[in-house]
Amino acid sequence: MIHIPLWKRLVVLITVIFGVLFAAPTFMDEKTVETLPNWLQEQVNLGLDLQGGSHLLLEVDVQSALKDQAGFLADDARKSLRKARLKFSNMRVEDLTVRFKIDNLSDRQAIHKALARQDIETKFDEATSEFSMKFNEAEIEQKKKLLVQQSREIIERRINALGTREPNIQTQGTDRIIIQLPGVSDPGKVKDILGKTAKLTFQMVHNQYPTLNSTGGRVLPGTIAVPEDPSQVRGNREPITYLVKKQVLLTGESLSNAQPGFSENNAPVVTMRFDTLGARKFGEITKQYTHHQLAMILDGKVISAPNLNEPILGGNVQISGSFTVEETVNLSILLRAGSLPAPLNVLEERTVGPDLGADSVAAGENATVVAIVLVFVFMLVAYSLFGLFANIALAFNLVFLISALALTGSTLTLPGIAGIALTLGMAVDANVLILERIKEEIRGGTKLIQAIDAGYKRAMATIIDSNITTLIGGLALFFFGSGPVKGFGVTLCLGIVISMFTAITLTRILAVSWFKWAKPKTLPI
Amino acid sequence: MRGLQLVPYNTKIDFSGRRLWAYALALFIILGSFTALFTKGLNYGIDFKGGLLIEIRTPEKADIAGLRSTLNGLGLGEVKLQDFGTDRDVLIRIEQQPGGEKAQLVALQMVKSTLGDQVDYRRVETVGAKVSGDLIKNGVMAVLFAMAGMLIYIWIRFEWEYGVCGILAQAHDVIAVLGFYAISGFEFNETAFAALLTTLGYSINDTVVIYDRLREDLRKFKTTPVRELVNLSANSTLSRTVLTAGSTLLALFALYIFGGPVIENFSMPIIVGIIAGTFSSIFLSANLLLFFDLRKKKEEEPVPSGPISK
Repeated sequence: MIHIPLWKRLVVLITVIFGVLFAAPTFMDEKTVETLPNWLQEQVNLGLDLQGGSHLLLEVDVQSALKDQAGFLADDARKSLRKARLKFSNMRVEDLTVRFKIDNLSDRQAIHKALARQDIETKFDEATSEFSMKFNEAEIEQKKKLLVQQSREIIERRINALGTREPNIQTQGTDRIIIQLPGVSDPGKVKDILGKTAKLTFQMVHNQYPTLNSTGGRVLPGTIAVPEDPSQVRGNREPITYLVKKQVLLTGESLSNAQPGFSENNAPVVTMRFDTLGARKFGEITKQYTHHQLAMILDGKVISAPNLNEPILGGNVQISGSFTVEETVNLSILLRAGSLPAPLNVLEERTVGPDLGADSVAAGENATVVAIVLVFVFMLVAYSLFGLFANIALAFNLVFLISALALTGSTLTLPGIAGIALTLGMAVDANVLILERIKEEIRGGTKLIQAIDAGYKRAMATIIDSNITTLIGGLALFFFGSGPVKGFGVTLCLGIVISMFTAITLTRILAVSWFKWAKPKTLPI
Repeated sequence: MRGLQLVPYNTKIDFSGRRLWAYALALFIILGSFTALFTKGLNYGIDFKGGLLIEIRTPEKADIAGLRSTLNGLGLGEVKLQDFGTDRDVLIRIEQQPGGEKAQLVALQMVKSTLGDQVDYRRVETVGAKVSGDLIKNGVMAVLFAMAGMLIYIWIRFEWEYGVCGILAQAHDVIAVLGFYAISGFEFNETAFAALLTTLGYSINDTVVIYDRLREDLRKFKTTPVRELVNLSANSTLSRTVLTAGSTLLALFALYIFGGPVIENFSMPIIVGIIAGTFSSIFLSANLLLFFDLRKKKEEEPVPSGPISK
């Protein structure tokens, strides 16, 4: 006689109870869920394709930042060589490598010594008598990691400042950042705010020749030509190109705060506050250059170039260009969040409107319900009462699947819903295997209860082998798929694992209990 | 009340006797698929080709011809329109714009300002060249890893011959599904790899069930020719094979009919894959084993002790 120990029955019972408990909140509205105890508040996470929202995949332009850094490396090398009075010529940066020619071969050792640093590799090419130096691999990796990490932090700050609901920001691979914004159906504003590096510098405008026009188009030594930001050009005038001294006096990094506001004339302005050191520096600058013009340069464009009428000592500065209110809001977000260490490129953008999401959920639910009904009827027709047992197991499979999704915090996507319906279709496989085996045993003349026992025992190895191979396919999807497809892998894998429990343990208890109670002469399968 | 015997249980179908026909059919499917793949090719979606995809809902019945000529006038290269779901829904596909990611966004702006505020943008996707390359690479990797994983698992649980034959049958299924994509012109995007892997997973499941039975029969009937055992194992699991395929196909047809346009494009290839997989499991995977001498090693092993005794 087959016997299922009490503890096993209890474990199954408890699992079933908890399965139902954890699946339930998903079907409640938010208010009801809030009244539940904390541990029971988990609902299934809907993917952006189901709830609507924007998905952005950004690439941190690491190369351009590394190029800048190679430039600094060249500056350092120049300084050290000059300090050591070593002669060189034609110093340039190519492929992140600083190259220069040396005049005296006898200087080689001294140059090596002067340039020696832990994070760089130097090489000397006999044929061209050229030195080359670059960051070593470890250093480059380190820098890349740092760049992506910093970018992520700044993106986070900028997006949080926009007030989006539950943004999700993650790094992917070595140089990519994924941003998911539920409920955002037009990511234009987000892209605007991420499209700016927001590198703010304060530089003096040339005193005598403030604009390119005043020199007749000639750029004076020690200065660079910087165009005016087009958004600042109102009315019919031509945009100005300023001649700005190369020396950077202060950068946005010295800011401690920036807020949108209004000037005395009620024009939109951005009010900035420097940190202690920045305030002192700014005070000195304004003292030294009173009555000169100070350019505030954002991402290579002059946003404002006011005259310094008097020293400004408190550390509070207003940028008053011709801004709209929205521009001052955005600019202050950018200044507060800090500048990106490298530019960002949008590689991929996917936006789903809320209507389409709701339609998809409805269609997915319909399809799943129809799939379940069809499979139920099919199993009843094929196996009668034992089909009913299988169906009960199938229903719990669905319940467990939902609670597993909620508990693991997995995301349900549209292909994920398809995965659920599909797993339900495939989940009956274990029961089909068992029931077919039982039938065979009975045909072979085995006694009923032993046939049931043998059916479960013998089908077991097959069920495990066949399910594990299917699971391998699901896992491949989970690890290699992205977004919605990953969601399909999740439901497929969970469904398979759960079906091994429900289809074997649950139906077995049902079948054996029924058998002991009804003591049938023939099996209704 | 008894359940209906949907599939007769004492079938004696000579699967191995018809194996040459099965091989011929498989070969035909494979060659046909390759021909379609090389002549017609796959209809790559934006996941793999890059470009723009916009799903709009117009306030009234969409004038696709009108929209097509308007959008083609923008000079954005190839623009494809298709009704999608209801007659107010239109799917617009615009090819990858030369000039990188920025150019895509510019194109999107152009389309939006041309279509105006009247339409509802239900879905907007832009995929750049870098991402599409990665997605394809990941998809291919997923299929290869899954096949390798399955091969190794079967090798460990059975013998290497079983693994090899199982994977050959899998390859048939993958090629058949790819062929279906090429012939039907169904859009080949990232979900296509989900369809391929589902097919793989389902078909290997089927195959393992038959292998499992064959292994058991090989132990039970030591003198029966392997060819007959192949038949026996395929026949005795036939009822299960058909019933499981039946319930899975029922679920898939429900998805195809009620799941909406996205799921529809995804479930049809899986339906084809399940049919191909069922065929390959019954006719290919076990028959292919006849190329090997399965008894050679088995003879020396002791009879396994276990519940099998009669």
